[in-house]
Amino acid sequence: MVMGDLVRDVDVVVIGGGPGGYSAAFRCAELGLETVVVDSGKRLGGACLFEGCIPSKALLHVAAVLGEAERAKEFGVDFGPARVSLDPLRKWKTERVIGKLARGLASVAKAKGVEVVGGRGVFEDARTIRVEGDEPQALKFRHAIVATGSAPSRLRGIEPSERVMDSTAALEVPEIPERLLVVGGGYIGLELGQVYAALGSAVTLVEMTDGLLPGADRDLVQWLGRRVDKQFAAVRLNARIEALRETASGVEATIAGAATTFDRALLAVGRRPLTDGLGLDKTRAKQDARGFVQIDARCATADPRLFAVGDATGEPMLAHRAMRQGKVAAEAIAGRPAAFDNTVVPAVVFTDPEIAWCGLTETQAAAEGRAIRVARFGWAASGRAATLGRSDGVTKLVVDPESGRLLGAGIAGPGAGELIAEAALAVEAALLAEDLALTIHTHPTLSETLMEAAETLLRG
Amino acid sequence: MSRPFVLPDLGEGLTEAEIVKVLVREGDVIAEDAPLLEVETDKATVEIPSPMSGRVEKIHVEPHQTVKVGQVLVTFGEAASGATKPTGKQAADTLDPTRTLAPEPRTTVQGTRARQAPAAESPRAPARSFEPAEARAAVDVGAPARSGPVPATPSTRRLSRELGVDLHAVRGTGPAGRVTDDDVRAAVAGGAPARAQARGVPRTDRAAQLEPAATPAPAKPLATHVTEPPLPNFEQWGPVERQPLSHLRRTIAERMTLSATVIPHVTHFDRADITELDAIVQRNLESARARGVTLTLTAFLLRAAALALAEHPTFNAALDAAAGQLIVKRYVHLGVAVATGRGLIVPVLRDVDKKPVIELARELGALAQRVRDGKATLDDLRGGTFTITNIGALGGTGAIPIINYPEVAILGVARARQEPVVRDGRIEPRLLLPVSLTFDHRVADGADGARFAAAIVRRLERPELLLGL
Repeated sequence: MVMGDLVRDVDVVVIGGGPGGYSAAFRCAELGLETVVVDSGKRLGGACLFEGCIPSKALLHVAAVLGEAERAKEFGVDFGPARVSLDPLRKWKTERVIGKLARGLASVAKAKGVEVVGGRGVFEDARTIRVEGDEPQALKFRHAIVATGSAPSRLRGIEPSERVMDSTAALEVPEIPERLLVVGGGYIGLELGQVYAALGSAVTLVEMTDGLLPGADRDLVQWLGRRVDKQFAAVRLNARIEALRETASGVEATIAGAATTFDRALLAVGRRPLTDGLGLDKTRAKQDARGFVQIDARCATADPRLFAVGDATGEPMLAHRAMRQGKVAAEAIAGRPAAFDNTVVPAVVFTDPEIAWCGLTETQAAAEGRAIRVARFGWAASGRAATLGRSDGVTKLVVDPESGRLLGAGIAGPGAGELIAEAALAVEAALLAEDLALTIHTHPTLSETLMEAAETLLRG
Repeated sequence: MSRPFVLPDLGEGLTEAEIVKVLVREGDVIAEDAPLLEVETDKATVEIPSPMSGRVEKIHVEPHQTVKVGQVLVTFGEAASGATKPTGKQAADTLDPTRTLAPEPRTTVQGTRARQAPAAESPRAPARSFEPAEARAAVDVGAPARSGPVPATPSTRRLSRELGVDLHAVRGTGPAGRVTDDDVRAAVAGGAPARAQARGVPRTDRAAQLEPAATPAPAKPLATHVTEPPLPNFEQWGPVERQPLSHLRRTIAERMTLSATVIPHVTHFDRADITELDAIVQRNLESARARGVTLTLTAFLLRAAALALAEHPTFNAALDAAAGQLIVKRYVHLGVAVATGRGLIVPVLRDVDKKPVIELARELGALAQRVRDGKATLDDLRGGTFTITNIGALGGTGAIPIINYPEVAILGVARARQEPVVRDGRIEPRLLLPVSLTFDHRVADGADGARFAAAIVRRLERPELLLGL
């Protein structure tokens, strides 16, 4: 340690100001613990707010508006060709959406007495974090919470550049490329692919496996598949990028021996935990082979002073999981009997149509050889879907055949991300499918499809 | 090389203790016999010294936790091995992880919110809980939970954690076996496996939950062996507050319930004319004080009871109900109830029958002081054969105490008063001491009790018998 460095004693230091980090910090403060967040950007929000969930949803909303305008022709409304101006679009996204939310988080932190220190936090030992960067200092803590999150994974042999973007760069919308190559058919590639397709790019999507959204139930994904087949220039499954090199005029990709030129490429091949160089080796916390910090149900690491939450702790890398973990860690540190005992971490792919699921999936049940009953209700029979001109969806319930207990649900269709909340509550609360069937759902809404699906189980 | 240190056998049937304070920190290097932990047993608060010299590698317990004999409290490593070795740069500053017990300088250059209270006392102090078994189980992410998640709402699951109930052991009465809040509460009342390390405040206590990081007190059922009917919801009549019971309060509650439930109590009342005895006490107060002894009536009561017990050994016994035998004790160790700020404690004087009154007075004074200071040792608090409780200081005309299980009887005395007494045809003012003898009717009958009480009273009325004249 350098002479003149500040040494401070605090109850809790949170490394990382993303959803996991700020949720933990806020809860710690509520529980009377003096809490400091160390964030490299000296701001709260993390990847979610600045380069993930929020900007992508803002852009997807723009895409949805463009899509709706296009669809309006079906019922006789023609707005004419849309003209997209990138400067106002970026300004709206950055200032009206991200800026507003960031200011909100900053004011909550202030109100709760949570201090945000700018810099990179590195463990000196299991008691001290050294902050490198703008505000160098040493923080001695009683407990620390690792909430360093994740960053886009790279593809071996491919260096990111101006034309070879990761999701962070693509969310900045530097331009609308005429031809965009999207590498990766997961949720990031599909969401951003649809954004650029809506903005006017000819999108070619390349996925290594035999289907989009690997792991998700096929009957849900097919609705999205039909849409992107129309929307994208090409969807190449079981395909690998053999080479990707920047040329004078663009990016040349070699797929199955054939070279094609694109204006830009987006690498969306997953995310990796940001735990390198964190100094965890100076503590007793343990990491797995992929770098994820190993935690128990209380989000405690193997070092009694260290807790970890969020993407740094493993899959699914979702902000809402991190937020719940943050609260669990804070309460555990405060001596509360907290545990991450959640049975569902709902997942939403904000594509058009949206795909959402929670709890047990059919795919998972099949892999485990577990007996289930499945109830499906196609949106073709939904009045609300018809009035929206969107019958391209399905609502599915996965139920325990003996008890009738709801074990999981999956929804494809516009608004699936909102609809899944009811199913998540029902699964988490161990309700029976019958409970959904016997609850009055407003008519005509898409939420009725959950009730209708449940009713199919009661017949006969 | 790690060496675990477990809670040692505390003797006298004591199987558990509550951690009051952890006096060391992980990483501390401590000497053999240095204070390690302070624990409160059913009988006393005792300091547990370190069994060895070395570095404290891991502390497995935290304040308020109840630990069982044999449970690992602390793991010692070699003094120099283990965690992070200080680098050259670090070695000189205060971050040295191998620091000794010397008070750690809490450098606060910028922050002014220095904490004074040590971790265990500060209400803001976060729990340093880390249960290795639990951690092991859970770090093994992906290992299937015991037959999957138990069907219960998230709030019910939280309740079960707060009450320390293993949901897997609770029978769900809800739809398709869903565990409800009532099921969890019923499991608590019925003694479903409760995890000792589970801690928390009752969820109904919203105020306590909002209290900033108050160290939660354990919530667990009393082992009273009677199933109490569920309480009504008092909040329907007005606001209520839930207060956790201290370890001592719990112990008293459990012991008293046990005694009152198991022992058929009978009480015999009498009065002793202690006019002469009081005169002797008053005459000798000064000379005793000169010898550093406070002469009290209780010392004479002890002597009188010891002599009477020699005549009536049935009352110096314990009933072995399982064996169908009376265990008559050939020693006379008498307990004296002492009120303390924390609750009732009964220290024991040894071999009362073999000691003169002045010695009893001396021992009693010292013992009561140790108890009030919280310094009593386990030996001070166990091995009693009969108990005396003197409520005279607080007034009243008499009381029926509950027998200190598994003893057979207890003597209660109230405040002595001057009263008109007819003696030899004349009314005289005499000092009368109300006494009550409460005894186990399984062991003795009313006539036995009356005779035993009379034997005590006779000695109090003829102090020469007490003084060995």
